[in-house]
Amino acid sequence: MRELSLHILDIVQNSISADATLISIYINEDIEGDRLTIKIGDNGRGIPEDKLMHITDPFYTTRKTREVGLGLALFAQAARRCEGDLQVDSGVGEGTVVTAFFSYSHIDRPPMGDIKGTLISLIALNPGIDFMYKHIYGGKKFFLDTREIKRELQGIEINQNEVLGWLRGYISEALEDLYGGEG
Amino acid sequence: MKSLEELKKLREELQKEMLARNSKGKTKIVIGMGTCGIAAGAREVLQAVLQEIEKRKLDVVVSQTGCIGMCEKEPLLDVQLPGKDRITYGNVTKEDVQRIIVEHVINGNIVEDLVVARLEEGGE
Ligand SMILES: Nc1ncnc2c1ncn2[C@@H]1O[C@H](COP(=O)(O)OP(=O)(O)O)[C@@H](O)[C@H]1O
Ligand SMILES: [Mg+2]
Repeated sequence: MRELSLHILDIVQNSISADATLISIYINEDIEGDRLTIKIGDNGRGIPEDKLMHITDPFYTTRKTREVGLGLALFAQAARRCEGDLQVDSGVGEGTVVTAFFSYSHIDRPPMGDIKGTLISLIALNPGIDFMYKHIYGGKKFFLDTREIKRELQGIEINQNEVLGWLRGYISEALEDLYGGEG
Repeated sequence: MKSLEELKKLREELQKEMLARNSKGKTKIVIGMGTCGIAAGAREVLQAVLQEIEKRKLDVVVSQTGCIGMCEKEPLLDVQLPGKDRITYGNVTKEDVQRIIVEHVINGNIVEDLVVARLEEGGE
C-alpha cells in the first residue's frame, strides 16, 4: 500500500469484522528517537492462540471468499522493510492489539498519507462503532474520541452529511496544528 | 457493572435495528473495503461519494462490505435504488463517481459501461 493511513484503514477492517465496538488508533511519530509506532487495538472477539502464530503469514485467513489473507502480512512486510516489525497480541474474548514500528527516517517508509480520509471513512461507514484516535508528532498531541462527539450530538447520527463536513474541517485543522502549528 | 455491560449491548442492538429501519426505502450505496478494495482506491472513491451526497443533499445510506472475491475489479461500488436490482460497478474511479451519482442515483439510469455484476432485487 502506498500510505500508512491505508494500512491503518485496512487493519481496522479486521477489528470491524471481529465485531469490535471500540477501536483505538495510536500513532507516535517520534522524530528524535527516529521511530514511528502505529498501534491499533480493539475489543473484538480476539484470536485463538493456535491461529495467532500464523497471523502474519500471507496464506492465512479465516475468510472464505479468497485463499489468502493479506492485510497483516502486507503491514508486517512494510514494517520489516524499514528496520521495524509487527506484533499481534490477542486472546479470545480479550480483543486484539496490532503494533507496528518503523525506523522513522527509513527511505522505504511509506508516508502517513491521508489520515483524515481514513478517519472520515471509518466514521462514515461505522456510526455504531466508537473510535479513539491519538496522534503524537514530535511531542505534540491530537486526540479524537467519537464517544465525546456523540455525547455532544445528543442522538443525532455522527455520519450525517453536516456532521461529517464539520468533522472534516475539525480534523484538518487539528492535523495542521499538529504538523505545522507554531513550530 | 454487569448490568451496565448488558445495557450497552442492548443499546448497540437497538442502534443496529434503528439503522436498518431508517435505511428502508432509501437508496443504498455499498463500497468494498477489503484489503484489495483499499489498495485499489476504495477510500478515495468513498470520499468522492460522501462529497457528492453532501453537495447534492441526497438521502442515501452508505455502507461497506469486505472482499467478495472480485479483487481484480476493485474498487467496487454497489447502487441499489429502493425496490430495484442491486448493481455492482467495478474499477470505479473518483471521476466515475459523479456519473454514477447523477445518472443512476438521481436519474435512475444504470451506467451500463461500468457494470460488472447485477443482483436481482430480494436476491441477497
Ligand atoms: N483484530 C482482529 N480480531 C480478530 N481476528 C483478527 C483480527 N485481525 C486479524 N484477525 C484474523 O486474522 C486473519 C488474517 O487477517 P488479515 O491478514 O488482515 O487477512 P484477511 O482480513 O484478508 O483475512 C483474519 O482472517 C482474522 O481471522
Ligand atoms: Mg484484513
